[in-house]
Amino acid sequence: MAQDMTEKELLKMELDQLKKEVKNERQMISKTGKEIKEYIESMVGEDPLLKGIPEDKNPFKEKGGCTIS
Amino acid sequence: MCDQTFLAIVFGLCDKCSKEKPLRPVYIKSEQLSYCSLCVEMMATEGLQENETLASLKNEAESLKGKLEEERAKLHDVELHQVAERVEALGQFVMKTRRTLKGHGNKVLCMDWCKDKRRIVSSSQVCHCVDEHAVTMPCTWVMACAYAPSGCAIACGGLDNKCSVYPLTFDKNENMAAKKKSVAMHTNYLSACSFTNSDMQILTASGDGTCALWDVESGQLLQSFHGHGADVLCLDLAPSETGNTFVSGGCDKKAMVWDMRSGQCIQSFETHDSDINSVRYYPSGDAFASGSDDATCRLYDLRADREVAIYSKESIIFGASSVDFSLSGRLLFAGYNDYTINVWDVLKGSRVSILFGHENRVSTLRVSPDGTAFCSGSWDHTLRIWA
Repeated sequence: MAQDMTEKELLKMELDQLKKEVKNERQMISKTGKEIKEYIESMVGEDPLLKGIPEDKNPFKEKGGCTIS
Repeated sequence: MCDQTFLAIVFGLCDKCSKEKPLRPVYIKSEQLSYCSLCVEMMATEGLQENETLASLKNEAESLKGKLEEERAKLHDVELHQVAERVEALGQFVMKTRRTLKGHGNKVLCMDWCKDKRRIVSSSQVCHCVDEHAVTMPCTWVMACAYAPSGCAIACGGLDNKCSVYPLTFDKNENMAAKKKSVAMHTNYLSACSFTNSDMQILTASGDGTCALWDVESGQLLQSFHGHGADVLCLDLAPSETGNTFVSGGCDKKAMVWDMRSGQCIQSFETHDSDINSVRYYPSGDAFASGSDDATCRLYDLRADREVAIYSKESIIFGASSVDFSLSGRLLFAGYNDYTINVWDVLKGSRVSILFGHENRVSTLRVSPDGTAFCSGSWDHTLRIWA
């Protein structure tokens, strides 16, 4: 547990982690950023909070109004 | 005639090696001991080694961090908002509170949606299941709560250091507390919990600096995740298509991505200036956002292995407590300690809208499973549903 470890043990843990991470494979942002953008563009049509829902279809709209009988 | 100085040498058993040798007095932690000269030498060099080791570890860590930054910088060929330059700007947003839920008598600390998109579980000092049937679960100081994927149970925990599962029943005669099952045991408070893809496993994060995966039925610890240097405050599971990983954020300012099967940390990010209160995966699973006490939210791209956007404004000086994405990932909703909710354009990095309504800190925020609304919980004792 982090709370029980000495400064030395915490440093060692960090060091081991860093050694592993330096070896990770990485991709260019021009590529990955583009993919994020494309994902968004493909999903935008389905995003209710983005395009809004007509009031009558909104499930959270307060039910109110009167009925005339 | 010169004065003669005599050195009195004491022979005896060395306190360290127990050999019969000439002894010298040494003071360790203000206690006087007698060591032979060999042991005195060894002790002196050990002390030196100890300090050297700490300093050399620190140096090694610094140089590795530098190397990591270099490697990451090589891929930083472009900014996210540059990639998104041609994307249409978002129009005006009209988001209003549609419902205000006042069932709690205390600060709301956490909430979660049921997969049926209509029910919510929320927690405070006493755990409530809020929907048409307001059920009270007798647990105290509940900092984390989660709905099971089936909708048939909830998990919660907090200062009791445990995560307990309560099967839901709407039979008012049944005593909820009787069916409680203690699943997780940490050595410090429970800060976050989440069911995995089934009702059978729970992932927890704790003030003891670890995360853990538990089997609900047996209460057995399946995997533990060590790596944070301080309290872990939040976690989020990757969307199921992208496999068995999750991200956690902590008081050590780090966000760490873990492999659930091996228990190994795959990637870690340390760009925030303060505690990370909330982490949330981007809908495609290739990135995640974080909200921190340093008043910023940030987006980290997992494949580029770096932070790719910061969502901040000079006028925002209070910590962000909770973040979540809209369905497409275009919007990032963030709740802050200054009682507001800011809505950010994920691609362009600009703020789209600011929502007022809560009368105290916003402590928790989640978008509904179908993306039609989001719910915010606050220290003002209420939950608000916005759409």
